[in-house]
Amino acid sequence: MTSEENNIVVQPVDKAKIKQIIRVAIILGVITTCEFIIAFTLGSGSIKTSIFVLMTLVKAFYIVWEFMHLGHEVKGLKWMVIAPLVLALWLLVALLMEGSAIHDANFL
Amino acid sequence: MSSITATAKSDWTGGKSPFNVSYGKLMMWLFLLSDAFTFSAFLIAYGLVRFSADSWPIPEEVFNAIPFMHGVNAPLIFVGIMTFILILSSVTMVMAVDAGHRMDKKGVAKWMGWTIVGGAVFLGCQAWEWTHFIIGTGGGGASLTWNEYGPQSFAAFFFFITGFHGTHVLSGVIINYLVYYNTIRGVYEQRGHYDMVEKVGLYWHFIDLVWVFVFTFFYLV
Repeated sequence: MTSEENNIVVQPVDKAKIKQIIRVAIILGVITTCEFIIAFTLGSGSIKTSIFVLMTLVKAFYIVWEFMHLGHEVKGLKWMVIAPLVLALWLLVALLMEGSAIHDANFL
Repeated sequence: MSSITATAKSDWTGGKSPFNVSYGKLMMWLFLLSDAFTFSAFLIAYGLVRFSADSWPIPEEVFNAIPFMHGVNAPLIFVGIMTFILILSSVTMVMAVDAGHRMDKKGVAKWMGWTIVGGAVFLGCQAWEWTHFIIGTGGGGASLTWNEYGPQSFAAFFFFITGFHGTHVLSGVIINYLVYYNTIRGVYEQRGHYDMVEKVGLYWHFIDLVWVFVFTFFYLV
């Protein structure tokens, strides 16, 4: 056991890998900064909301695909994680429609 | 023998992991998927209530204070700092996982340490944010039954969603600390791999991912 412990070889830093991590970090930082700027410059409306949702999805993609490494996993695992989320999407559409209907029934 | 090897071509006939990940990582992915549904349900319910309400508070006017600067109007600045802290702690976690792949014990310890610091600072910020929200600015503040800024359900959703997320951050910091402790003790070096760092890494990135959505739908939109 002791000889094994002493023989652990620390591999050198892969510069390309670190560069990719920093690249993703900068992308996340820049998008968040843009969100700030838009929050104060654009008047609220459906265009502003759409931009925010789009930027959120881009950030989510980079976190899941690069940081959580899902983009480099096998196809089956990717589908196992992504496919069930369609249920959440359905709930989103159903409940937001329901919410508007409640609003119209109460206030229109 | 040859007939067995000939028929055992499929990934699903046993002997290997079809998804090419360790058991623990696969189970972590499944747990995170179920956790994603819980957070989705929370945020979608928030959407339903917001869509059915006649008026809703403007986040910029509710969350406009920063520590040590009383009375200064700084909309969303503090929560922006919190967002950057969480993203940075996610980056340090990726660095820890990378160091683990290279069997670099010192590197793992260093980056795990920074990740724990980031998580702890985020929790501190959230405690301040909650305190400010509960005490309020002269209108009685906010609780589960009262909200000076607008509909009472806004406060209830704020407490439940950021509270549930904060509980995740707290447990994440504790689990990160345990892994950090084991790393320093050389448990993973002896084991020959740093798979535990990857598993807690997945959990930690998920916390960052949830915050990205909370930030957009609670503070920006």
